[in-house]
Amino acid sequence: MVESQYRFRDDEPVGDPAVTVDSFAEQSNASAVRIEPGDDARELLPYLEQLRLVEVNFPAFTDGRGYSAARVLREAGYTGELRAVGEVLVDQIAALRRCGFDSFAPDKPLDPADVDSAFARWPDVYQATTDGRVPIWSKRHG
Amino acid sequence: MYRYDQYDQAMVDTRVAEFRDQVERRLSGKLAEEHFRPLRLMNGLYLQLHAYMLRVAVPYGTLSGAQMHVLADIADKYDRGYGHFTTRQNIQYNWIKLEETPDLLADLAAVEMHAIQTSGNCIRNISSDQYAGAAADELIDPRPYAELLRQWSSFHPEFCTLPRKFKICVIASDTDRAAMKLHDIGIRIIRNDAGEIGAAFYVGGGMGRTPMIAPCIREFVPLDQLVTYSEACLRVYNRYGRRDNKYKARIKILVHELGAAEYTRQVEEEFAHLKTQGIEPPIAELERIKTYFADPAFDADASDAIDRSDALFARWVDRNTHPHKQKGYAIATISLKPVGGIPGDASAHQMHVMADLARDYSFDECRVTHAQNIVLAHVRKADLYALWQKLVAADLATANLDTIGDIIACPGLDYCSLANARSIPVAQKISRRFAESGKEDAIGELKLKISGCINACGHHHAGHIGILGVDRKGTENYQLLLGGCEGDDTSLGKITGPGFDEDGIVDAVEKATDVYLAQRQEGERFLDTYRRIGVDIFKEAIYG
Amino acid sequence: MKILTGNDLKTGAVTWWTGYDWSLHVEDAVDVGSEADAILAREEGARRVNASYAIDAVRDTDGGVRPAHIKDRIRALGPTVRPDLTLKPADPNAGNWVI
Ligand code: SF4
Repeated sequence: MVESQYRFRDDEPVGDPAVTVDSFAEQSNASAVRIEPGDDARELLPYLEQLRLVEVNFPAFTDGRGYSAARVLREAGYTGELRAVGEVLVDQIAALRRCGFDSFAPDKPLDPADVDSAFARWPDVYQATTDGRVPIWSKRHG
Repeated sequence: MYRYDQYDQAMVDTRVAEFRDQVERRLSGKLAEEHFRPLRLMNGLYLQLHAYMLRVAVPYGTLSGAQMHVLADIADKYDRGYGHFTTRQNIQYNWIKLEETPDLLADLAAVEMHAIQTSGNCIRNISSDQYAGAAADELIDPRPYAELLRQWSSFHPEFCTLPRKFKICVIASDTDRAAMKLHDIGIRIIRNDAGEIGAAFYVGGGMGRTPMIAPCIREFVPLDQLVTYSEACLRVYNRYGRRDNKYKARIKILVHELGAAEYTRQVEEEFAHLKTQGIEPPIAELERIKTYFADPAFDADASDAIDRSDALFARWVDRNTHPHKQKGYAIATISLKPVGGIPGDASAHQMHVMADLARDYSFDECRVTHAQNIVLAHVRKADLYALWQKLVAADLATANLDTIGDIIACPGLDYCSLANARSIPVAQKISRRFAESGKEDAIGELKLKISGCINACGHHHAGHIGILGVDRKGTENYQLLLGGCEGDDTSLGKITGPGFDEDGIVDAVEKATDVYLAQRQEGERFLDTYRRIGVDIFKEAIYG
Repeated sequence: MKILTGNDLKTGAVTWWTGYDWSLHVEDAVDVGSEADAILAREEGARRVNASYAIDAVRDTDGGVRPAHIKDRIRALGPTVRPDLTLKPADPNAGNWVI
């Protein structure tokens, strides 16, 4: 299990190790799973009730499949912890959060001051996602 | 044209501040080049052969005279007094200093401009028809739709690390002047049989190493689902586009490998899901944007008469103007292809002149074309002569639009770190030879396009004559392609045979045009003759 | 000979390793023999140079240094289509050197 450096949730972190998507399919009582870039997040949709932690691995920060995986899960109603692990960098965390991640476990710890400014930076957003921020077009039209 | 409100301005200002912070972290050693590189690319900053190069976005090619003045000021203040207009309707500067870039971006932001997403593996600046809002054959102005998508695609949280770059084009006329089917997504705004306006989506086109013409994957997307449908197209690509090989990472390969039908099925499935997610701006937002693109205050009494007594002027009118939808007006194109010049380059002085001319003769607005020229879209015919005289004085009145002198050329090995061979010297030699021999006029319309490597920024596949620079054991070599065409009858050029050196390729081009001049029938362009008689006669003349 | 080149981190200017510093002029480049990787790693770390790499070159008859590949010769001179912006604006034949 990896430790989150940032966690935006009030519930207790899950203690169980996250299993791979493949072994999750066989081991139906697991509550934590880890998605690799090539995994199809939609395979988890039947099990959202039982899942409490989904780790999405970013072996390289340039591989953006995990952003879609996160949104797929959130749009399907997943409310458990969604943790970005691997090469998670300060210049990407704001976008990751918009896609539904609420926990961050970077390989290399991030500078807290930089993280604070990254999360505080964007006063508004152009797109609607499940993060609840009101997009600019909505503000324009009330 | 579109103007920022406080939200748009805040987004651009925020990006300047963010980039300033990123540059500081890079210079202080906190941010490694490996991690900084994608960030600077997402802000249009490359490291090229001689220096950093900055590409500034000109959304759908439209800019105001005031903005053009600032582009000129930037050329003087931060660069070496010139800029290069690109085949994606942007401008790039070749001699930028990293440490000065944040200030430059702040200057741009002050006139509602930026370099956001002009490079990198993200959704790039959206291109459009350079005659938008003016062309006689247009259904509707396509730019409001492009602006809607510009906002949707800017800082899109899910799509900032795509498998590869992503280019969208929006047009709305029967004639495709923007090579729409050679984009990752080409959108044509159309009217269906029921009289409703909507969008046809063509997905998976592109040039580069594996050129492909985009298939139509949906004939009609209603206007209140444009963003949702685009998001579905992108999500399928982000999830399944290849990431194992950068040469196979563009969406054209995904569409090709899955087959258009399967890709479409996946998009439709995603679309059905996304429609439940409330991600589409209301139609009121599109209406708000549209108000910025209302017709300017045309003079209803403007006359169609043009005094053609000056023969040089008359020649320029014939070559460089295009019919306007409004009586008494014309669309004028300023050629950035002087004989023997560098295609697409303009000095700061020339930019200032064009900015003033836009203000005085075209409702303070101009456009960059993908053929690297500048358009003044709404000129009163009565003003054309005065306009032309001022262009002559600034060396901007070359009358060669769409002729063999109007060459598209990428920067090539003179500037570009990916290049195999120089493009510009070849363009210069061809332009000189055909202008001096008078053949340029005899030949008429002929689109010649040159790329310095397989990446095809010079659109060589889509040239009636295309030239591709390759590296042959360390020396520059040029391959000749014939029969390419963008637009409605899009076709991809075919390589004729072994390559040539610099002088050899110029000779080969002349031989190809000689075949045309000897074989053409009444009314045929080079491309028509080529399509009628086939490649063999050309090959014989070139290699025989 | 093996020489080192890159771009100045702050300005982007093309530079060549002189043995103790980076110069704008290719003729100042020194042969680094088998030391290339070590010097490059150290210099990138010092943030004086960006995107640096080692190339083959030969010493010209007139004492100049001639990179083996045309790309680096164009980097050494400047854009051949804008002689005024090269390092040899007064020499009309400077462009021939790159070919
Ligand atoms: S086609 Fe190649 S040489 Fe030309 S600009 Fe593009 S990458 Fe550079």
